[in-house]
Amino acid sequence: MDATAPVSGPIASEQTPSSDADGNRCALHIRDLTVAYHRKPVLWDVDLDVPPSVVAGIVGPNGAGKSTLIKAVLDLVPHASGTVEIFGKPYRKQRRLVGYVPQRESVDWNYPINALELVAMGLYRTIGWFRRVGPVYRRRALEALADVGMADLARRQISQLSGGQQQRIFLARALVQDADVYFMDEPFSGVDAATEKAIIAILQRLREAGKTVFVVHHDLETVREYFDYLIMLNMRVVSAGPVADVFTPENLRRTYGGRLTLLDRAVDAMGRSR
Amino acid sequence: MIADRLMRVLTLADYNTRVVMFGTVMLGIAGGVIGVFLLLRRRALLADAVSHAALPGVAGAFLLILALGGNPRSLPLLMLGALVSGLFGMGCVLFITRFTRISQDAALGIVLSVFFGFGIALLGIIQRTRGAPAAGLNSFIYGRTASMIRADAMLIGTAALVVVVVSVVLFKEFRLFTFDPDFAAGDGWPVQRLDTLLMALVVAVTVIGLQAVGIILVIAILVVPPAAARFWTDRLDHMVLISAGMGAIGAYLGTGISALAPRLPAGAVIVVAHGAVFVVSMLFGSTRGVLRDLFAHRTLARRTVMQNLLRALFECEEAGRGGSVESQWRYLTTARGWIDRELTRGLRLLLHDGSIYRLPAGAWQLTELGRVRAARVTRNHRLWEVYLLEHAETARAHVDRGADYIEHVLGEELVAELEAALPRFGKVVPASVHVIGPAGGSA
Amino acid sequence: MIWTSLDTWIVVAAALAGATCALIGSFLVLKKVSMMGDAISHAVLPGIAVAFILTGSRAGPVMLVGAALVGILTAVLVQLITRHARLEEGASMGVVFTVLFAIGLILIERAARNVDIHPEHVLFGAVELVPLHVISFWGWDVPRGVVLLVVVLAVNVLLVLLFFKELRLATFDPELATALGINANAVHYVLMVLVAMTTVAAFEVVGSILVIAMLIVPGAIAWLLTRRLLPFLLVSVGVSVVAAVVGHIAAITVPPLFGYADTSTSGSMATVLGLFFFLAMLFAPEQGLLARAWNTARLRLAIGSQDALGLLARAAEKAGEGSLSAAEFRDVSSSPFAGRRLRLAATLGLLRARGLVAARGGRYCVTVRGLEQGRAVLRSHRLWERFFYEDGQVELGELHTAADVLEHYTDPGLQQELAERFAGIATDPRGNRIPEESSPARRIGAPRARTPNDREKEPRA
Repeated sequence: MDATAPVSGPIASEQTPSSDADGNRCALHIRDLTVAYHRKPVLWDVDLDVPPSVVAGIVGPNGAGKSTLIKAVLDLVPHASGTVEIFGKPYRKQRRLVGYVPQRESVDWNYPINALELVAMGLYRTIGWFRRVGPVYRRRALEALADVGMADLARRQISQLSGGQQQRIFLARALVQDADVYFMDEPFSGVDAATEKAIIAILQRLREAGKTVFVVHHDLETVREYFDYLIMLNMRVVSAGPVADVFTPENLRRTYGGRLTLLDRAVDAMGRSR
Repeated sequence: MIADRLMRVLTLADYNTRVVMFGTVMLGIAGGVIGVFLLLRRRALLADAVSHAALPGVAGAFLLILALGGNPRSLPLLMLGALVSGLFGMGCVLFITRFTRISQDAALGIVLSVFFGFGIALLGIIQRTRGAPAAGLNSFIYGRTASMIRADAMLIGTAALVVVVVSVVLFKEFRLFTFDPDFAAGDGWPVQRLDTLLMALVVAVTVIGLQAVGIILVIAILVVPPAAARFWTDRLDHMVLISAGMGAIGAYLGTGISALAPRLPAGAVIVVAHGAVFVVSMLFGSTRGVLRDLFAHRTLARRTVMQNLLRALFECEEAGRGGSVESQWRYLTTARGWIDRELTRGLRLLLHDGSIYRLPAGAWQLTELGRVRAARVTRNHRLWEVYLLEHAETARAHVDRGADYIEHVLGEELVAELEAALPRFGKVVPASVHVIGPAGGSA
Repeated sequence: MIWTSLDTWIVVAAALAGATCALIGSFLVLKKVSMMGDAISHAVLPGIAVAFILTGSRAGPVMLVGAALVGILTAVLVQLITRHARLEEGASMGVVFTVLFAIGLILIERAARNVDIHPEHVLFGAVELVPLHVISFWGWDVPRGVVLLVVVLAVNVLLVLLFFKELRLATFDPELATALGINANAVHYVLMVLVAMTTVAAFEVVGSILVIAMLIVPGAIAWLLTRRLLPFLLVSVGVSVVAAVVGHIAAITVPPLFGYADTSTSGSMATVLGLFFFLAMLFAPEQGLLARAWNTARLRLAIGSQDALGLLARAAEKAGEGSLSAAEFRDVSSSPFAGRRLRLAATLGLLRARGLVAARGGRYCVTVRGLEQGRAVLRSHRLWERFFYEDGQVELGELHTAADVLEHYTDPGLQQELAERFAGIATDPRGNRIPEESSPARRIGAPRARTPNDREKEPRA
């Protein structure tokens, strides 16, 4: 691929929003998304059209805005500008189609709750306001736990689980959300081999079920193996597309290599001048 | 005589006692319930700032009413003042943390102390104003349960009812957003509004509790019972129940004692009673209590010593050096590196356990039972070593639990897994992977 | 207002208490453990009470020792509970200090039967009584409380001077401090002991609760004003001394204005400190809300001016004469003024006042000086476009937006680097000429906000 050729969809601006070139609906459609913390841009002018039924990796160096991208899509951080659509409609209207696996470090694992109760949280919006978690739902949560190979640890307090097991119950919680689009923030970080295998199996199953999955990922060696779609991010989308097309040394260099030092300094200057 | 009075108080023989007891116990329950969520939301000290910030509201309302010619001891009006200035203080904390580079803990300290100081200045004015019945205000600082009347108790009861009902109805929602606000927001729950509701309930309990417990100590009824409950359970629903119960018990004991000693500040007595409940929980708590931890630690340490020594004796026999007391002792101390004190302790434990006995010549010998145990321990140890050597990749996950202790805490399930991973060994004790013993050494 | 020698002693005692607290409290603020000060000041109450009961007197070394012990006890208990209950530190503090405080309150109430103390004086201070208990030094009567404060202040000053370097390191760069072998835990505990002793020394003046204001507020004010340790400490101590003087004067003059008698000096001091903090929050030169609002406004205006000059320079490039009407300003497709009449009017007004733009018949013409500056902006813009195109993986269609933002943040050094990088390339990726660098005196880029780079965490005295 030629270094200057646009890989993500700049041409899309002429098309009807949220469809790709063939007129299929995009699972995720982002236009002009800019996110800034304290005026310092973290994501800059992101455009993205991702087709449905892919397992998409999001890779990029530290501080590239990978987690921020997910949080911005889920409306957890304010956008400076831009629109986000899931299957052609604004995210706010499509919440029920979306499942989320936050970073493992984002919660207090000493919280008094056991694995089963944590997984059942994924069912809360199905259960609705005020109602209790009935036996039907408990059974569903238990099935999800079994899916990730942890049925026998259902009653265990979450602080007594290993890192990998904690990650697996987070995954199980997202599975019971029964979503069409999943966003997973570093599910592979700091997990053991068994968990890694379990996660891969789940990704495989989700793909077969026609779900769309976004996974923030660190390990470049496994990219080809795990994903069929790749988003390479460094404050902007450097390139996005099927792994076979975009996972090239050239793109890697542009994503990771040669930090844009001048740009960094300009961004710092912006941050300072608040 | 004292016992007689104590009985009268504790059995609620007097009408007044009943009223006061009802009020404080309800307050204890309300604080215990909502405090659990406050703690899990990690906002404990915000409640402290709110309560301190209420003082200028109370004093200001007093002065205002006095100036307007009303009755300055009207409790609802004073509470309204407390509510307004408490909320204003909370607003200041949020404003300072959001718009300046002052950290949250400093913002809390600033608001708490400056508001309180301003309140003291207003109080100073009131005390030096002739004819102002300032005594009523002191109860807001130290807490005074004795002056509680039926209407006050009813107000507290109503508030407690609201708190309990909301916490029960929104239990699931509160649990979700206090545990994982990001997930909750992504899932479409109005996290901001739930948070506001929680803080509103906290402020309500704080303001209502002011009169009974006092400004400085009211945070205790929100913080101490939930913290104590944490020692007894790992389940949120149980924690809420236990915390409510402890709030009630602390209030009951505290109110009872202060009824006997009316000179003592009632709020302080209630808080000390809560403190006593806390200390008991911290020591004897069933899930995280200090004694339980110490005991568990001791048990593990003892088991480690015993297992290590069993293995050492087993391997001593294997090496054919168990014959005489001298060669056995030399093997254990020199080759295995046991120090005398540890060794004596371990031998005593094993003897007590029935795993070993002493030959007339003085050498230690494994009993039947001891040999079975020793074989199992040695087998586990060696399987583990082989596993670590051969499966270094996949073993990483288990090693993070503490490689040193792993063999002593191996559960049945893990041993079964281990056997499944290394099927070629069957049920025999595999040979040591070390050429000679010492590397396996004592713990 | 009648000023007597009593008032002088009150002010001296209050100022000493303020200075002592401010000095130690500064480190609480810097280490972001302010609420430990809150916890300890509440928790020393039982220590004070026990010392009362044992010695039957108000001040003295016994009390300092008791305070030190309670300080350590509090810190240890907080850590213990946090670890065991796995609770947030705030909650553990809440448990420890409320229970200790309650015990202290009960003890004092009981002690009050035998010893001449009043709970209110312990909690809220009774600086008015300080001058009544005196010690004679060579025939010179000095209040006992003042002597105690002087001693503790001297100890604090001495320790701070002796360990200045270590403290600076431990507060500004704990990691480096640990690497250099400074035991952070030890520093923490020493600090807690000093806080406890200071609290005890100051409690007669300000009381054991209002002492929090003296500990934390001066440090917070200093935090808004400076980030260098020595000025920080000086500001902190200075502010609290001034607050002591103003606080006492306010206590005896303000309430009478409303027809009341005077009020307590300690409460008034805390209030005055709060007011000072409020003022600092508004008016601090760099961090103040007003300064920051002003900075933002100035930056907006500067960016607007540069945008306007850039547009004019572009027009000059095309038509030979740089002039646009207000409507044209708003119509240019990429103009940041699209739909923003007010901002455009303000910008053009500023440019006219500076003589960079002249109004002629409803059109705005760029002057020679203005054109020079406009070209400089254009140069930055096109250099950035070139940069993004070459290094930044930006598509042609999007170059403009990215460069548009950055051109305003380009200082001469950065531009120099860009220029060196693309030396010999005379055009932007679309083939527009990159203007030459003009006279050396020209100024490019937004006026950098006046926040120094070392604002964050530079340990420098």
